[in-house]
Amino acid sequence: MKEKSYGLVEPKNFIANIPIQLVSGDILNHYELVYETYGKLNKNKNNAILICHALNASHHAAGYYEKGGKKNYGWWDNLIGPNKPVDTNKFFVISINNLGGCHGSTGPKSINPSTKKPFGSTFPFVTVEDWVEVQSRLADHLEIDKFYAVIGGSLGGMQALEWSITKPNKVENVLIIAATSKLSAQNIAFNQVARQAITSDPNFHNGDYYEKKVIPYDGLRVARMLGHITYQSDFAMMKKFGRQLMETSDSKFNININFQIESYLEYQADKFAKSFDANTYLRITKALDNYDPASRFQNGLIEALSNKKNRFLVVSFTSDWRFAPNHSLEIVNSLIHNKSDISYVEIDAPEGHDAFLLENENYHSSIRSFLK
Amino acid sequence: MKKFLYNKTRPDFDVISNLVTSKSNVLDLGCGDGSLIKHLKEKKDIFGYGIENDLSKIDYCLKNKISVIHKDIETGIQDFEDKSFDFVILSLTLQSVKNTYNILNEMLRVGKIGIVTFPNFGFWKHRLQIMLGTMPVSVEMPYQWFNTPNIHLCTINDFEIFCYENEVQIEERFIFGNNGKNIEYFSNFFGLRALYVLKKEIF
Repeated sequence: MKEKSYGLVEPKNFIANIPIQLVSGDILNHYELVYETYGKLNKNKNNAILICHALNASHHAAGYYEKGGKKNYGWWDNLIGPNKPVDTNKFFVISINNLGGCHGSTGPKSINPSTKKPFGSTFPFVTVEDWVEVQSRLADHLEIDKFYAVIGGSLGGMQALEWSITKPNKVENVLIIAATSKLSAQNIAFNQVARQAITSDPNFHNGDYYEKKVIPYDGLRVARMLGHITYQSDFAMMKKFGRQLMETSDSKFNININFQIESYLEYQADKFAKSFDANTYLRITKALDNYDPASRFQNGLIEALSNKKNRFLVVSFTSDWRFAPNHSLEIVNSLIHNKSDISYVEIDAPEGHDAFLLENENYHSSIRSFLK
Repeated sequence: MKKFLYNKTRPDFDVISNLVTSKSNVLDLGCGDGSLIKHLKEKKDIFGYGIENDLSKIDYCLKNKISVIHKDIETGIQDFEDKSFDFVILSLTLQSVKNTYNILNEMLRVGKIGIVTFPNFGFWKHRLQIMLGTMPVSVEMPYQWFNTPNIHLCTINDFEIFCYENEVQIEERFIFGNNGKNIEYFSNFFGLRALYVLKKEIF
């Protein structure tokens, strides 16, 4: 599949000097967004698709970067590319690093122009609604009046959902994948454990660790380990690792890494902690927890989704226990109540929440056919 | 009684589209590739959903821009509200449903009007085949006994008794013969396919 990738890509920058007032009330007078595009915008500017990213991802959704002869592929490269379900021969695809992120868009580790120091603890707590507003401003800058589609998985699915609620005239098709309209108590609980891991790291310094030239590395590692476990199914982990021991494991009676699953988690944790910012992680998990569009309407989700302006595809995965199919069905049932144009597929996949990032024939063909 | 011509390629469609009022809400249980909803959209400007369990068929629906919900029709509409659709259609599917009582009740709970079509097991050629000692195979029931999905076949008389016993009102019925023409006499003998328009009050 990789040889059919979109190819070498380069991130672009959008510098916004029009102030934005966030849901929290905070105002950013200036911000930057880093984004990538794949494909060509047509003359009528009606073939643009926006990709919304999830918690751990970035604007690098497809194609690859090349560094030292090593290719770093985008996180949704199996979905986006020439002749892929989101076909870059046909569509102009945009993927943006969300505001508050740590991959180039303005976020906690950026320099606050008024203090000339990193924002750190002073960076606002952004929301899904804020991200959608910012994405929409970038669309205006690119002179895209209406997206052909907005697509998102997990937290990205929340953004797609929000597009249909607050900007229904600026998008035609909305694809909400492995998502939910609100986190359950268990979901919030997992996020709280992750946050506690970060904030209790002695190197956290209340979020102002940049100047001290340290990062809450260990805390971020634990947060990632916990998250990673919840994105996978018991079955998938058992299939991949079972109870296999490390070759280096000589004794079980010590605290060393004995099982392969432990080593795998260590590897994932290190990889993540080296590339991700703890303050961003805290803010994104809070954005997840706080999102609940139904609470903004007297009649809940049914009223939130009552404008009937978009065509929806909602996708869930059978083994996803983080945002289980019943989360998707709540959205589906509200849309059916309103007699909105909605299609729903539940993909039989064993991999858990992460299934939305993986290749699956039924899943991909549903997206391809829906976008046709 | 209205007369309808049997559309050979799309047998049910013309009949159903004459029954369905324009701009109504329609739910098609077991919608397959979505062609009935597509037909009704074109002819009657309806708004409709299909319920389908087979992803390969759902793919056709998505390509044709038919709204489709991936569910088993026997369990998938329990979340739908009472009388939330003008018409609920069960086209040539009744005979393969496990819980016949439940599906009829559910479709008439969710729908103000139900439209059911099924092959008539009492059709004379079916009877003849049994008399000659084999299970009936016909255009309406093209399967062999060992590979048929049809587990609850019935005759026109069986169905009407079932409706009576379960307090399902029969509003209209259309019985079609081998040549697609309406059958008015000895329908349980000459009828190959039956179409019923049903209602049930919810208490």
